Amino acid sequence: MTAPTAPFPDPATMEHGTLSDTRLTVPGMRCAGCIAKIERGLGEIEGVSAARVNFSAKRVAVRHDDRLDDDDLVDALRHLGFEAQAVADNPLAQDKGDTKQLLRALAVAGFGMMNIMLFSVSVWAGADGITRDMFHWISALIALPVVAYSGRPFFSSALMALRYRRTNMDVPISIGVLLATGLSLYETFTGGEHAFFDGAVMLLFFLLAGRALDATMREKTRAGIGALLGRMGRSASVIQPDGSTRRVSADKLEPGMLMLVAAGEALAADGVVEGEAEAALDNSMLTGESTPETVTTGGKVHAGAINLMAPVHVRVTAVGGDTAIAEIARLMDEAGQSRSRYVRIADRAARLYAPAVHSLAALAFAGWMIAGAGWYQSLVIAIAVLIITCPCAMGLAVPAAQVVASNALIRHGLLVKDGSALERLAEVDVALLDKTGTLTLGEPRPDLSGLSPIQKSITLALAQTSRHPLSKGLVAALTAEGIAPAPLSDISEWSGHGISALHAGTPVAIERAEHAGAVMASALRIGDERKIIRFHDPLRPDVRPALNALAGFGIASTILSGDRKDVVAATARDLGLDGLGAQSPADKLARLRELAEAGRRPLMVGDGLNDGPALAAAHASIAPGTASDASQQAADAVFIGDRLMPVALAVRVARRTMAVVRQNFGFAIAYNVCAIPLALAGMVTPLLAAIAMSLSSLVVVGNSLRLAGAAGKDGAK
Amino acid sequence: MSGLTFLIPIALFMGAIGLLTFFWAMRNGQFEDLDGAANRILIDEEDDEEETPR
Repeated sequence: MTAPTAPFPDPATMEHGTLSDTRLTVPGMRCAGCIAKIERGLGEIEGVSAARVNFSAKRVAVRHDDRLDDDDLVDALRHLGFEAQAVADNPLAQDKGDTKQLLRALAVAGFGMMNIMLFSVSVWAGADGITRDMFHWISALIALPVVAYSGRPFFSSALMALRYRRTNMDVPISIGVLLATGLSLYETFTGGEHAFFDGAVMLLFFLLAGRALDATMREKTRAGIGALLGRMGRSASVIQPDGSTRRVSADKLEPGMLMLVAAGEALAADGVVEGEAEAALDNSMLTGESTPETVTTGGKVHAGAINLMAPVHVRVTAVGGDTAIAEIARLMDEAGQSRSRYVRIADRAARLYAPAVHSLAALAFAGWMIAGAGWYQSLVIAIAVLIITCPCAMGLAVPAAQVVASNALIRHGLLVKDGSALERLAEVDVALLDKTGTLTLGEPRPDLSGLSPIQKSITLALAQTSRHPLSKGLVAALTAEGIAPAPLSDISEWSGHGISALHAGTPVAIERAEHAGAVMASALRIGDERKIIRFHDPLRPDVRPALNALAGFGIASTILSGDRKDVVAATARDLGLDGLGAQSPADKLARLRELAEAGRRPLMVGDGLNDGPALAAAHASIAPGTASDASQQAADAVFIGDRLMPVALAVRVARRTMAVVRQNFGFAIAYNVCAIPLALAGMVTPLLAAIAMSLSSLVVVGNSLRLAGAAGKDGAK
Repeated sequence: MSGLTFLIPIALFMGAIGLLTFFWAMRNGQFEDLDGAANRILIDEEDDEEETPR
């Protein structure tokens, strides 16, 4: 990269010393040492004024002047030993503001609850007369702003539901809280005996605790996924008329621009190859096909493909919405809509629950009126029914269980995006798996058995200098064996053919080898001796136990791959599964629709962009951490690492979570069955309501905590 | 009973201070990087030579 020749500097940053902030995602940081190394290492670079690591989000924010650009910082981090990628804003992290809002509301409700409880305890202890009135007035002064502030998330959601003539959990909550506050105000004005301020605020506090837990879980897993995103090229080096290059983000590319695509870089737009170069492209993100495709001058290339060989010039023909990728994105959008119709279990419960509770309260009012209790006492009893049945335990039942389960799963390398995903994962009954990158690792691993130690050491020395994926595979495998690189001189990379050098006067090289069927290979040449190194894409180490575990849950697996039919058939036979090859994204969608129409609930596991629509359409979906950005965003969960077991684990934990949620619901209903007759009989005092409410919440949370060990110590074994 | 006229405002005031501190901490980014804070305590500061002569 010719970084110092910033060709068209923005006038605003021309002035020397203008500071700008760059955020980089560094997925590889794991310990305190990494934080220190990154912050010190970046701080020593000239032009960097500050570097601050956010370890939770696996990011580093760098403040630097305009002598440096993104590529320099990425290079600097690479020298420190970390893969990094400059990021724009994380598209998934937009609901961060919601969490903060909820936490503030929770803090305010907590403050109000504690202080009002202080006065309530005195009232229960026997304060009466003017003291009681004063305590009620102070409680009212605290409760009104607290309800107005902390209740907003519920009120707005309830209003939204009512506007669309639907009901959700927030409707009974809002009605209960507002009526309780209104009645208590009336009691305060008239110097009455009971005020329910503590009940109303406590209800808000417990429910907000559930909401805040839910939001924190979503944020945590999304930050984890956000750290994985952005590895694919979202920008391109565009060659200016004067021959210099400039970094242009993908959305600012225009047809007619000339891109310089370096080895290992992903194309940001569709285009046509120019110049005499011959390019080898990895289209596996688009097609699932693992063998590289060779493209010569004038050949069409698609956005998302990765350039494997020497740098090529590509004339942009289509950008943004016109690319082949955009077609897949459109399919994904359509497919995702069916999922948004999924109704979460809490809202399904509310559909039955809310009308029952409201009619019960109305009946209580009517009944006592008929019995001649007077409208005031009837109203008090009706409100007591509403408060005592307010779905406090229910509001906590679902999020508490899901948060505990998702934390247990994070420890095993599985990030579940939200509670709805856990609910859907628990329901799957058939699994469809992509092959390349899902069942297999998706990275070429060399077969090094035929090489002598000296050959290995020369290979390592040569491969180190290249960014070609096969070279990277060689370096990874040889470094793992503990091989030291041999000293070389005169290293040069021939564009598109290989790397050559001199070792103790002998010419040595790694060259392109002819493809042997579906197998990728390189040739190592030392003097006149030529040795073929074959590469293959191995299955994940625990594919069989993971598939067996899925089968143990009654989930049959099928391979659904875009790769060639014979390759898929071979893998399927090997694993004893059914396999369908040569499936286009639309074919995969059709297959999912068939299953859905047959009443099945498919789980899709895939990584490529070509799996994106299927991931969005499936009842639930999981993608590996190496998947394309779009796939990770479409999937419900992302698993990290070489093992496939987290997929089976996810299903197991999701099912146990739903079992606990159902127990929690069962408990909440049992509690209501006991409490409602008391409320109907007019025997519920504020004290009783407060105790019952806290107790039921504690039981629900305690039951949910049992899930902490649900993932087991060593996975689903 | 007259003690209440002092004690209630004091109790409310102290609660309010706690609430405001929490808001301040949130706005100040104290909760942005909880895992990082746990790890930073392990970083040796020995490189800052002029500050920590030993």
